[in-house]
Amino acid sequence: MLREGQVRIPAGCAISGIFHRDGTREDGTRIMQSIKVMHDRSNGLGGGFAGYGIYPEYKDYYALHVFFDTQEARVACEAFLDRHFDIVNLSKIPTRRHPRIVDEPMIWRYFVRPLHVKLEASQLDEREYVARCVIRVNDQIDGAYIFSSGKNMGVFKAVGYPEDVGAFYRLEEYKAYCWTCHGRYPTNTPGWWGGAHPFALLDTTVVHNGEISSYDANRRAIEMFGYKCNLQTDTEVITYIVDYLGRKLGMTHEEIAHVIAAPFWQTIERMDEEQKKYYTYLRNAFSSLLITGPFSIMVGFDGGLMALNDRLKLRSLVVGEQGDTVYLASEESAIRTIAPDLDRLYAPRGGEPVIVTLNERSAQ
Amino acid sequence: MNIREFFPLYEVARDPARCVKCKLCVRECANEVHAFNEKLGVLTADDSKCVNCQRCVAVCPTRALKIVRTDNTYKVNANWTGDAMREVYQQAQTGGVLLASMGNPQPGPIYWDKLLLNASQVTNPPIDPLREPMETRVFLGKKPGSILRGPDGKLIPNQTPQLALRKPILFSAMSYGSISYNAHAALARAAQELGIYYNTGEGGLHEDFYAYGDNTIVQVASGRFGVHTDYLSTGAAIEIKMGQGAKPGIGGHLPGIKVGPDISKTRMIPEGTDAISPAPHHDIYSIEDLRQLVFSLKEATGYRKPIIVKVAAVHNVAAIASGIARSGADIIAIDGWRGGTGAAPARIRDNVGIPIELALAAVDTRLREEGIRDEVSLIVGGSIRSSADLVKAIALGADAVYIGTAALLAMGCHLCRSCQQGKCNWGIATQRPDLVARLDPDEAARRLINLVTAWDHELQEIMGGMGINAVEALRGNRLMLRGLGLTEAELRVLGVKHAGE
Amino acid sequence: MHKTIEMQAAGMDYKALNDSLRAQGASEITVRGVMGQRYLGCAMQDKNLTLYGTPGNGLGQYLSGGTIEVFGSAQEATGDTMNAGEIVVHGRCGDAAGYGMRGGRILIRDDVGYRAGIHMKAYENHEPVLVIGAGAGSFLGEYLAGGLIVVLGIGLDGKYPAGFFCGTGMHGGKIILRCDRKPEGLPEQVCVHACTEVDRAEMRPHVEAYCEKFGGDPETLLGAQYFVLSPNPEKGYHRMYTSVI
Repeated sequence: MLREGQVRIPAGCAISGIFHRDGTREDGTRIMQSIKVMHDRSNGLGGGFAGYGIYPEYKDYYALHVFFDTQEARVACEAFLDRHFDIVNLSKIPTRRHPRIVDEPMIWRYFVRPLHVKLEASQLDEREYVARCVIRVNDQIDGAYIFSSGKNMGVFKAVGYPEDVGAFYRLEEYKAYCWTCHGRYPTNTPGWWGGAHPFALLDTTVVHNGEISSYDANRRAIEMFGYKCNLQTDTEVITYIVDYLGRKLGMTHEEIAHVIAAPFWQTIERMDEEQKKYYTYLRNAFSSLLITGPFSIMVGFDGGLMALNDRLKLRSLVVGEQGDTVYLASEESAIRTIAPDLDRLYAPRGGEPVIVTLNERSAQ
Repeated sequence: MNIREFFPLYEVARDPARCVKCKLCVRECANEVHAFNEKLGVLTADDSKCVNCQRCVAVCPTRALKIVRTDNTYKVNANWTGDAMREVYQQAQTGGVLLASMGNPQPGPIYWDKLLLNASQVTNPPIDPLREPMETRVFLGKKPGSILRGPDGKLIPNQTPQLALRKPILFSAMSYGSISYNAHAALARAAQELGIYYNTGEGGLHEDFYAYGDNTIVQVASGRFGVHTDYLSTGAAIEIKMGQGAKPGIGGHLPGIKVGPDISKTRMIPEGTDAISPAPHHDIYSIEDLRQLVFSLKEATGYRKPIIVKVAAVHNVAAIASGIARSGADIIAIDGWRGGTGAAPARIRDNVGIPIELALAAVDTRLREEGIRDEVSLIVGGSIRSSADLVKAIALGADAVYIGTAALLAMGCHLCRSCQQGKCNWGIATQRPDLVARLDPDEAARRLINLVTAWDHELQEIMGGMGINAVEALRGNRLMLRGLGLTEAELRVLGVKHAGE
Repeated sequence: MHKTIEMQAAGMDYKALNDSLRAQGASEITVRGVMGQRYLGCAMQDKNLTLYGTPGNGLGQYLSGGTIEVFGSAQEATGDTMNAGEIVVHGRCGDAAGYGMRGGRILIRDDVGYRAGIHMKAYENHEPVLVIGAGAGSFLGEYLAGGLIVVLGIGLDGKYPAGFFCGTGMHGGKIILRCDRKPEGLPEQVCVHACTEVDRAEMRPHVEAYCEKFGGDPETLLGAQYFVLSPNPEKGYHRMYTSVI
């Protein structure tokens, strides 16, 4: 059987997220409770979490979470990391034995900083340097897969139901101001942990529900800019699009949303001149990155979270607010189970991004 | 010795029981096939002059006529076919180069027919185009690949000039000269009504059609006919014609007999002189010279017009396209092996170049591998016969398609492939005023509009089935295609999987 | 009233230089230090440019009026697809000068490269003229469809002043070559006759203009031996084909 990346596997899903605007950090207990309510939206073939703010003691270092299939892969990968980074800490990621989580690869964590000399010589900015190193390991070192690579954040994922995956990774021991979570329903047995979500590059993580119809158009466009869609998943290509438009071109998350879930021409034609010009420009100039077909996504990034539905709103997504805390999920029940008394609950419209950021960041 | 070496290929079959001797067939046939014998009071036909254009069949009020393929045969031979033998006889007799028109009629693989389309089932939904928006609008031109902000932080549109099409279809280049005034009038009107573009071809732009400039692509070919500053600045875009699918590597020749007063004015050459286009542009002998012509046209038009470079699909078209994409051109048009023409040597038409499907796939793949696909848009032509071909072309990587033959058919052409004779009974490929008058430009425009509108609806239906509601999400989306009965090499070039994979 | 201005082009790229030429209100513009900038005077309608240096390719391409005078040599595709106006080159000129030219005049003091005047054509009152002071490269006037090409052969001692295949495929216009003996071995599409008084009268104003620009005595030049190339109506290409049935 081909593994994920060698074959394209469509998947349906559940997503959930918690964000504290005031920077309060909470452990992984509630996010696991939330996703558990939507158990039937997953099929046990993939689950994962992203937590932001979890490594305050190492906040200036890139935290690399890596799966190794073999010792050889680990040796090769560590040799590569050694050549390109200053590794200040390395360890196995602590897990607990779980009856429904089996066949785990070796799971390691490295806190690293680019080697100054190498970085200078590369003439790249630091983030581009790290991104390229990550893409290179994943593309070229057989059996090694870096699945998390941002600062002060981390992705935890596995084959299994998400609540079991959370227990396996002992998420109650991590505290984050933002949690996102994903339960996967792939239509084929991937049997590979790297295929689970969230998908991450640097501090951008994407969890996604739906199967996009524009996949190959998007993939073939984004691969022109140095990305390699090794997993052939929608989430992967969406992550790269967000990274390209945001980090490389300098778009805001709102602008990114207007590219990937652009309004219909009929809608644009009814806008005032300035708006019409703006949306027409984005649709024309970045037309290959328009995403069609059903999706609801949550994009986590340093200090913020964006949720977005496709422009036809073919997937469900609800947002709840209570004080400075924002909850997002595929189903309302997943929010109510952990926050029964909300100040406000609403379903964002298709193509309209919900963007939340830390108060201290938005004040800056 | 006076041996008639071959029997006419088509025979006029007249049903005397139906014929009312109205003699309309006599009047309508510019080839003078039909005649009325006054003495005997009967209608006769000289089959040897018949090109099977179906005009008499179509106009006969009692349906008394049909044209049938003769059942006279040479001794059957799978190698020396009747056509092969007949052409030898013809050349032995005349010493002439075989001249033909319209696209290559020979059998050969049609890859469109070996590509199958996808549809959504369960994992994502199909969309009903009758209820929900289904967008087929496209822009052609270079994509900026960067953003620009004003002092207020707002985005400032930074694209170079673009063509906006309401549907991803354009009418291919067909010159005034190769086709009639009325045919051009119909194309211009239809393009305007449809929000798309027609293309002047290399014969200049008639003064009556300057009004349609916003929907006109003006062509600059090696003969530079009718090219001057007003012409360049009137068009919405300028196309440099490097080659044509029906006759890659050779020029053109409009015989002086077709250069009447109006064509003379439009091409800006004296009446009655031959209009000869050299095979190359003599200011382009290398790729860097192409850049020179591209930028000379941009300079001449103040960088306000996108520049299209049209090439024939030849063996190394991918490398050529890469060179064009780096030449400053905004759009590349590729014309395939089966593309039409008003006249071309038959041996070249039928044997030179490669199918557009393979050329398109190779070019799109190559440009993406080099990371320069966004530098240009791709238009393909050279036998797009239906909306299914259109959809497959877009999924292989085209931004839009050129249609020529299909547009001519919509106007009444019956593909008799005799354009070079200038006696088109349908008033399309002729300059004879009595024949031109047979084509009503309003009616022809209406039929063109119908055709493109119908194809657009079908495109929407097919996209809806795939769960795609914007044509840009179909472009280059090769997972929507599967090959059927193709070899490994063909699948590799097309960049698609086999059905079932 | 004519306004005159002078500019310095050294170090400018062609786009900046052309933009600034177009933006000038003055109708008389002198540019010094020209070095390889392309498309000078491209599609120009009504200005008079005086250029010092070596302008780049596409000088006066699509020229629609006005004049361009170059003190120095010009490169490839000079006067390409030119419609009206005049280009004067105090030096030599590269390949494909006057390609597809429909009107106006190009005067070249010295030699011209390959394929000069290729596919020149005439139309109504447009009658393009290309005058070459010294010699021309091969394929001069190939596919000539109209207009006049004069090669004065100055300094060639009466030798044939053009290269091979002069006038190949010509089907209109006239090529006048100064040489002592009737040119031999020309393509079959070309007829040759000794220059008549009519031909001489036709070239006179252009020879006079040449002398006015570059010096020399028009009467001496006009008094020399010339041969005239014109299309052979018997040898067109229309007999080449037979229609597929």
